[in-house]
Amino acid sequence: MRPPVLEVRDLSVHFRIDTGRFFRHDYQTIKAVDQVSFNVHSAETLGIVGESGCGKSTLARAILGLVKPVAGSVDWLGENLLGLTEEAMRAKRREIQLIFQDPSGSLDPRMTVGDIVAEPLRTFYPSMTRLQVRERVQGMMKLVGLLPEQINRYPHEFSGGQCQRIGIARALVVNPRLVVCDEPVSALDVSIQAQIVNLLKDLQKKLQLSLIFIAHDLSVVRHVSDRVLVMYLGQIMEVADRDSIYLNPRHPYTRALIESVPIPDPVRERERSRRSLKADMPSPMNPPSGCVFRTRCPYAIQACSETRPALETLDSGRQVACIRHRELADGLEAPDPEFVDQ
Amino acid sequence: MALLEVRDLTVAFDTPDGVVHAVNGISFDLDPGETLGLVGESGSGKTQTALALLGLLAENGQAQGSVRFRGQELLGLSTSELSRIRGSKISMIFQDPVSSLNPYMTIGDQLVEVLTHHRNLRRREARSRAEEMLDQVQLSDPASRMRQYPHELSGGMCQRVMIAMGLLCQPDLLIADEPTTALDVTVQSQINTLMGELSEQSSTAILLITHDLGVVAGLCDRVLVMYAGQEMELAEVHDLFGDPRHPYTEGLLNSVPRLDQLRSGILNAIPGNPPNLLQLPEGCPFSSRCRYSFERCSERPDFERVSEGRYKRCHLDRIPAQVDQETTESV
Repeated sequence: MRPPVLEVRDLSVHFRIDTGRFFRHDYQTIKAVDQVSFNVHSAETLGIVGESGCGKSTLARAILGLVKPVAGSVDWLGENLLGLTEEAMRAKRREIQLIFQDPSGSLDPRMTVGDIVAEPLRTFYPSMTRLQVRERVQGMMKLVGLLPEQINRYPHEFSGGQCQRIGIARALVVNPRLVVCDEPVSALDVSIQAQIVNLLKDLQKKLQLSLIFIAHDLSVVRHVSDRVLVMYLGQIMEVADRDSIYLNPRHPYTRALIESVPIPDPVRERERSRRSLKADMPSPMNPPSGCVFRTRCPYAIQACSETRPALETLDSGRQVACIRHRELADGLEAPDPEFVDQ
Repeated sequence: MALLEVRDLTVAFDTPDGVVHAVNGISFDLDPGETLGLVGESGSGKTQTALALLGLLAENGQAQGSVRFRGQELLGLSTSELSRIRGSKISMIFQDPVSSLNPYMTIGDQLVEVLTHHRNLRRREARSRAEEMLDQVQLSDPASRMRQYPHELSGGMCQRVMIAMGLLCQPDLLIADEPTTALDVTVQSQINTLMGELSEQSSTAILLITHDLGVVAGLCDRVLVMYAGQEMELAEVHDLFGDPRHPYTEGLLNSVPRLDQLRSGILNAIPGNPPNLLQLPEGCPFSSRCRYSFERCSERPDFERVSEGRYKRCHLDRIPAQVDQETTESV
């Protein structure tokens, strides 16, 4: 396999929050990202899925240096980004770009589309002439499916899907090698969502981009990703190539996630057997001991509360953080009837 | 007799930019105990339809047509007459459960208020009814939940409270507007299972508004597909998914990536954008995005009966069979 472009090792991001009242401080630590390690290869799409609060957006921000991790390393083409000065990091941001969830909210309403897309060019290539910039911007607009003659329009004149195209043009105009997409389609209607998903896949192929695709929608992630990483309460539960994750999930949380997604087919949807998870996600301020998923896991046993399961690498390259994954693969049934069809 | 009869309902909003035509003459019936899905993308008018039924439109909104509930006309009723129906015979749950609850009142007080107001129960009786209801929506430890405030509960728990509140007076009709859209997928599945069970156990009819075709597939008996404030297609759920008769329905079904299918290549997106509700096109509102559009589409098609219980608004007799470019492998 080709060497990875991005190597994240034992990355942890903690937030300290004050839960005290008035003049009494009471600091608590939230482990938003807790010892996370993974690689991204060249021209690959890594999907990151998890529910709200699992730390997927914080992870993206940490990779880009937008929040400061407390431990770990982020190696970009062999160089640790966390050791860089602010200025050196800014130069790296040309190579690593970000696409946001809220398409219109992330565009300056007082700038024209042309200026929005040109801004990164002016930052990273100050020697480009106005004409060169204009040509590059129009070429980019065409590439993402916008009309070049709309260059002088303002964001409010565009629909949500078109605004997301502008965001994509702005991210790609400086020829990045890695694009981190944080919920890029979740604010869009299904018919528009498909357009943007197609566009991203197409551009990735054309430009040989690596993508980190963060989403809570497992169906979209299945469609775009080569490999998928599943997170829960700041930790990695499972990483594997796409088909292994979806056809043969090994971690109980991955299984639960996949079982929860409704399928738009009344025949299949109604004959599916479904085991709802118990309760809600615990507070990240006070995560369970041992395995963080054990309080909702139908297969949890005493040992699960004692130590945090290691992220074990299997022969296939799959990684799972569950002490019972072998028994599960051998067809272990959920022992606790309380969990079944609650 | 149908529980709810909606005829030629239109909703228009007066705005500084002109009149926004949010709902343009839709008609449907809802039978007792039935679950009808109202499906469409943002701006298709599904939420405004629901709000119009309950007289909850914004001040610049105007509803016309007829909405009969058990034979009684709802449009034009006074606020006091409506509030006797709302919450007792028809109740509604909204997309954002946390902001739909009063942050200053405990869960218990909010539930009790519904019963003392609509059912004239005494507080003690009301409290025990409310606690029972929380138990029925599978909220853990109902007695202590009663004393908590909404901010102390998670989104999924708040939505259970909303459902409990909606069902307290055993309404004939529950309108659920995107009840699980703001929730995480594992919680969504819990809430959908709960709604399915509750609708089976009681005779409450549900009008389920959603953009998620997966949720529709799991919960609804019949489906009404809306676009630009008009009905595009109405059918029994298996017919709609198995054999869509309107190109927009087909387009929607094809554009969703599915968890149970490996699709190689690209998704069949619907090109273009929904029309501007300030200036609706004269003909079929979908024609500019429709792959099958032809000359006649410049005239607005009627909502015609196709077969028993099936209607569509399209000039095409049948969607032409086509060879799908992409290979779809079912797993």
